[in-house]
Amino acid sequence: MARRIAFMKAINEALDQAMAKDDKVILLGEDIAGGAKVKQLEKENEDAWGGVFGVTKGLMPKYGRKRVIDTPISEMGYMGAAVGAAATGLRPVPELMFNDFIGFSLDTILAQGSKMRYMFGGKARIPMTVRTTHGAGASAAAQHSGSYYGLFGSIPGVKVVVPSNPYDAKGLLLSAIEDDNIVVFSEDKTLYGLKGEVPEDYYKVEIGKAKIKREGKDLTIVTIGKMLYVALDVADQLAKDGIETEVIDLLTVAPWDQETVIESVKKTGRLIVIDEAHPHNNTAKDIAAVVGDKAFDYLDGPIKTVCAPNTPVPFATNLEQLYLPSPKRVLETAAELIDDLKK
Amino acid sequence: MEKLNKERAAWIYKKMNDIRNFENEVHEIFATGSIPGFVHLYAGEEAVAVGVCAHLTDNDYITSTHRGHGHCIAKGCDLNQMMAEIYGKETGLCKGKGGSMHIADIDKGMLGANGMVGGGFPIAIGAGLRNQYLKTKDVAVCFFGDGAANEGTFHESINMASIWKLPVVFVNENNSFGEATPQWYASGSKRIADRGPAYGIPSETVDGKDLMAVYEAAGKAIERARNGEGPTLIECLTYRNYGHFEGDEQKYKASSGDENTFAKRDCIKEFRQYAVDKKLLSAAGANKIEKSSTEDIEHAIKFAEESEVPKPETLYQDVFAD
Ligand SMILES: Cc1ncc(C[n+]2csc(CCOP(=O)(O)OP(=O)(O)O)c2C)c(N)n1
Repeated sequence: MARRIAFMKAINEALDQAMAKDDKVILLGEDIAGGAKVKQLEKENEDAWGGVFGVTKGLMPKYGRKRVIDTPISEMGYMGAAVGAAATGLRPVPELMFNDFIGFSLDTILAQGSKMRYMFGGKARIPMTVRTTHGAGASAAAQHSGSYYGLFGSIPGVKVVVPSNPYDAKGLLLSAIEDDNIVVFSEDKTLYGLKGEVPEDYYKVEIGKAKIKREGKDLTIVTIGKMLYVALDVADQLAKDGIETEVIDLLTVAPWDQETVIESVKKTGRLIVIDEAHPHNNTAKDIAAVVGDKAFDYLDGPIKTVCAPNTPVPFATNLEQLYLPSPKRVLETAAELIDDLKK
Repeated sequence: MEKLNKERAAWIYKKMNDIRNFENEVHEIFATGSIPGFVHLYAGEEAVAVGVCAHLTDNDYITSTHRGHGHCIAKGCDLNQMMAEIYGKETGLCKGKGGSMHIADIDKGMLGANGMVGGGFPIAIGAGLRNQYLKTKDVAVCFFGDGAANEGTFHESINMASIWKLPVVFVNENNSFGEATPQWYASGSKRIADRGPAYGIPSETVDGKDLMAVYEAAGKAIERARNGEGPTLIECLTYRNYGHFEGDEQKYKASSGDENTFAKRDCIKEFRQYAVDKKLLSAAGANKIEKSSTEDIEHAIKFAEESEVPKPETLYQDVFAD
C-alpha cells in the first residue's frame, strides 16, 4: 500500500524537497523554528516549536537558521522583506501564522508585490509563496478563524491555492514555490491531522486546475478546502434518493478553473458552491456570477451558494458549529434545486 | 501619589490571589478538555497588572493582550462572568462569543484582550485622545509584551502619544519571550525602555516581580498623565509561570540563565511578606484573603459550569448596532 501521511507532514515534506532542490528557497516566519539564541537548543541544533502547529518542525536543524529564519513579531517587516528578496532573486516562503494577521502586513501584497511586475513594465518577477492558515472549527475565536483566501484572490497578480488533502497539498506547494508569482497557499488548520496517500518523490500538482472528486449527472457541487468533505457527505446522502452529484474540488481559488466547472454545469444543469468565507464578495459568488454569465442556457435552476453567515467567527463551540456550512444546510439547499428530479 | 494604605494593600493582595487562583484552575480545567481554544495564562505576572490597576478607576481605560485574564481581573471584571466566557457560556462577559482571547468589559474600561499582537497600541492612543479631547482626567493604559514591541504599531503609537502629549501609559510586560523566541534575539535594544527616549518619552525599567516597584512607577506615570504631562513607558521585568499557551512544551526556557532569576520568584509571596512586615496586612488577614479568593474562584467555576451555552440565534446578533 502506498504511504499515508498527515496533511501537515505532506507540507513539511514539500518544503524540505523544495529547499533541497533550490538553495534560493528560504523560509521566514514567527517561531517557524523557535528558540533562536537559546543556549541549550543551539547546542543540540534543535528547534523549539517548528511553527505554532509544528508544520515546519525539523527544517531548521536540517537547513540551518540562515534558511529557516525566525523573525520578530513584525509581519509588515518580514512579509515585505520576502517581497524584496523575491524581487531580487531569492525564492522566499514566508509563513503568516494565521491569515487573520494579514491586517498587519497587507501592503506588502496589495500595493507592493502584486503590482511590481505590472508597474515595472514586466521586468520584475516575485517568486514568493505565502503559507498561511484559515478556517473555523478549532475554537480559535474571531481573530484566528477567518477564511480570507477570497480576499487575496481578488488582487490581480496573486494566485491562491487551498488544498483539501495531503496529496494535493504537497504537489500544489511544490508548484507554488516553483511559480514566479506570489502564490498564497492557504492551509485549513483543522485538516493538519488528516491522513492520505502521498508519494515520496518530488511531484507537482498544477495550479489553476480543479479536480472532479466524484462524477454525477444531476447536480454539481463545487467546494473549497475542507468543504469538500461536506459535499462528499451530501453526495452520499443524495445517492440514496438516486441523485447523482458531481463534486468538484476547486483547489485553486485564483485563478479558478472555469473550464472544469462550466463543463460540469453543462452536464448537470444545477450548481451549488460551498465556501467557508463570508457570504458576500467571496469566491462562491464570483463562481456563481461567471457561471450565470457563461452557462446560463444550461441551467435548470438558480445557482446556489452555501457560505458562512455575515458574522465574525463566534467562540462558543455550538455557535461555531452553526457558523460552518454543514451537510444539513447543503442538503436543504439541494432540496430546492432537485425537487423536479424527484417528481 | 497616594501612599499604600491598609485598604489598598488588602485589595491588591486579593486581586493577586484571584489572578493566580483563576489561572491555576483554568490550567487544570483546560487539561480536562472542558475549555476549548487557545488559552494564554497570566500566572506569574500578577504584580504588573495589579500594581498598575491599583491606581485606576472604572473611568480609566486599559488595552490588554492575548494574555488578558490578569488585566481583566485587576480592572475589576466579574470573576463569574469571566470564567463563563472562557467556557463559552451565554452568561459570559461577552456572551460566550469572544472567549479567552477576546475577553472584555468596556463598562469597566477594559477594552479587550486582543488576538492581534500589537493590536492594543493604537486603540489605547484613541482612548487617550478621547480623554484629552473631553478634558477628563482619565488615562489609558496599554499593556503589551516584549514581543509586541516589535510590531510597527508600537512605534507609530508611541510617537503619536509623544507629539500629542496624550494621557497614555505604556506598560511593557517583559517576560523574556514572545512565544518561543527570546527577547534577546528579537530586539535590537537590550531593554524595551531604551526605546522610549528615541520618541521623547520618559521611560524606566522596573522589577516587575516586585509589586511595590510597579505600583510606584505606575503611580508616578499615571499622575503625570492625569496632569496633562504626557505619556510614559514602563518596562516591567517578569516571567510567566506556564507555557506561551496551554500545551506548550517550553523547550526554550533555560534551566539556567538571566531570565531564571525572575522564574524562581513569586510576586505574591513577596508582596505578602512586604505587607505583613510593613503592617499593612496582618498574617491572619492575609490568610483570610487567600481563603476568600479560593472560594470566589471555586464559585466562578461552578457558575460557569452550570451556565447554558449561547442560544443559536445569538450567532447572528451584535454584528451591527441598531
Ligand atoms: C499580529 C499577530 N502576530 C502574531 C501573533 C501570534 N502570537 C500570539 S502571542 C505571540 C507572542 C507575543 O509575545 P509577547 O508580546 O512578548 O507577549 P507574551 O506572550 O510574552 O505575553 C505571538 C507571536 C498574533 N496573535 N498576532
